[in-house]
Amino acid sequence: MNSAKLLLLTAYLLTGLTVSARTITVCNSCEIRTIKEGIALASDFDTLLIKKGTYNEYDILIDKPLTLLGEGYPKIDGQRKGEIIRVTADNVTLDGLFLVNVGTSYTRDYAAVRIVKSKNFLIKNLVLEKLFFGIYLEKSSHGQVLYNRIIGDAVNEHSSGNGIQLWYSQNVVIEDNYITHVRDGIYLEFANNCSIKRNTSTNNLRYGLHFMFSNDDLYEENVFENNGAGVAVMFSKRIKMLNNTFKKNWGTASYGLLLKEINDAEIVGNNFEKNTIGISIEGSNRVTYRKNDFNNNGWAIKVRGACYTNNFIKNNFLHNSFDVSYNSKINDNQFDQNYWSKYTGYDLDKDGIGDVPYRPVKLFSYVVNRTPETIILMRSLFIDIIDFSEKVSPVFTPDNLLDPHPLMKRNR
Amino acid sequence: MLKILKYSFYDLVRSRWSYVYLLFYLLLGIVLLFLNNDLSKAVITLMNVIIVLVPLIGTIFGVMYYYSSKEFTELLLAQPIRRSSIFLGQYLGVALSLSMSLIIGLGLPFIFYGLLRSDAIWDFSLLLVTGIFLTLIFTALAFNIALYHENKIKGFSYAILLWLFMAVIYDGLFLMSLIIFEAYPLDTFSLGATMLNPIDLSRILILLKLDISALLGYTGAVFQKFFGTAWGLVLSFSALAIWFLLPTYNIYRKSKRKDF
Repeated sequence: MNSAKLLLLTAYLLTGLTVSARTITVCNSCEIRTIKEGIALASDFDTLLIKKGTYNEYDILIDKPLTLLGEGYPKIDGQRKGEIIRVTADNVTLDGLFLVNVGTSYTRDYAAVRIVKSKNFLIKNLVLEKLFFGIYLEKSSHGQVLYNRIIGDAVNEHSSGNGIQLWYSQNVVIEDNYITHVRDGIYLEFANNCSIKRNTSTNNLRYGLHFMFSNDDLYEENVFENNGAGVAVMFSKRIKMLNNTFKKNWGTASYGLLLKEINDAEIVGNNFEKNTIGISIEGSNRVTYRKNDFNNNGWAIKVRGACYTNNFIKNNFLHNSFDVSYNSKINDNQFDQNYWSKYTGYDLDKDGIGDVPYRPVKLFSYVVNRTPETIILMRSLFIDIIDFSEKVSPVFTPDNLLDPHPLMKRNR
Repeated sequence: MLKILKYSFYDLVRSRWSYVYLLFYLLLGIVLLFLNNDLSKAVITLMNVIIVLVPLIGTIFGVMYYYSSKEFTELLLAQPIRRSSIFLGQYLGVALSLSMSLIIGLGLPFIFYGLLRSDAIWDFSLLLVTGIFLTLIFTALAFNIALYHENKIKGFSYAILLWLFMAVIYDGLFLMSLIIFEAYPLDTFSLGATMLNPIDLSRILILLKLDISALLGYTGAVFQKFFGTAWGLVLSFSALAIWFLLPTYNIYRKSKRKDF
């Protein structure tokens, strides 16, 4: 009697264990042909192994902790009818799927993958094509988004969505993704403590990366190339921007990095190359710029106003049309120990620091700031002459805006 | 006229200054291309040189040639040759030999560099065409000045003043008016003001063809819209042509009436 009970209990437990580790296979010729069926049959912590094939499904709801594992990139075609996958449970993993043809709706923002109010999700190795929004994280936290390829076909800003969007989401890790041809590559709104690393965001219509009201985030070693504008950081605090590359964001209204109402940020070791404006700064205070390279930009740094106590230290300014543009006579920002390729001073005591301070603001850049139309006189002889005379004795540009210790050799 | 032209042309081609001018461009082209390795940057630097130096050289050469060949001109005047052909022939002789130095001096290094196979060929052709226009225009203006002034010193100083005005002072006045009237829409005004000065016009035409035009922002977009179209291009080249034709006509008119 006792032993029979024990046996029964053991059997019960065993089946329980096997159920919790069960793998359900979905394929076009299997018993279970659709992903929705598979999810309905699965219980918590099961794995759905989806074999290679095409699945014409949309509005797939994952409301229990499951792992969806694709084998040979199964294609899930939303047929442009709506959202493809919506996750409302914690601990969900999506791996190795190919999602295509997301519907377009201007009221519901359809996404290929939408995570709603969930924790500990892992989204990796997805390929997304023909999408409206790519991966949309809504009030979700402590998740990871890794190694995804998002390839959009956006044509204009108002009728396209973002690659990866975070909305009220905290502690999310976004790494090694490749995002192209969408509106904003990565968009963070009210997303704090996120870390964004080694992503590539190119050829997007608007921004490569866009922050709004998001604090304490870190982005590192990303590449932003040839976007409408590289990165826009707005109304955010304590953002760390390290070792990123901002390249070829070139166009009449383009820039590598826009800072608007940013306080206490750190911008270190970034490379700005061939942007119309390297960094455009507006209303940003206590920001540290250190060891950045500004190479061949139109304007390396354009300060538009209300910027106080910023420090520019040990940066390299190489062959920019304008190094610094400034629109007021008051200066509270500090430039020190930068290398300026246009510096013509000398170093008699050979300590590597120029003996004559460098004034990075040219008169012409001041004039252009005041009256933008005057830019058409660029590269005329007259402009060279007035720039020279202003360099000799500053009248219009802030006379305390100078680098007292310009370096003779480039920082490495 | 052709005979005079030929004579003046060969006379100048044989002269030392022509060679110096040619060598200067040759050297400039070689240094820019082979020490720089960036074609777009080379074109920008060349533009700076062309819009400043070509008018200056054209003006000085024109005035110099007129005064130095004055005795020969008087000799020719005694012959049964039409006055207009003497002066126009001389003028074209100077202008063409200068243009040739420019074309050969800049063209050779660029051809060796492999320009014909690169896509910068259009930028470069535009550079040469505007350079030739500037030579024609400023030599004609110089001849005009020389025709009006018997006094060499006066002629020279007016010629230099003309160059100074076009290359520097005009832009200063332009800049001042832009700043003073900044509250008004200035697009049409700046378009017009650019059209009126051949140096500014050449500069803008070349700048708009280069990457750097993105820096021009909103104003640049207005200009791009204007000069980017076939109509705008036709209009700006007609402006350059008028700058060439008017002074040339005046040489013809003045030379007919002048007392010697």
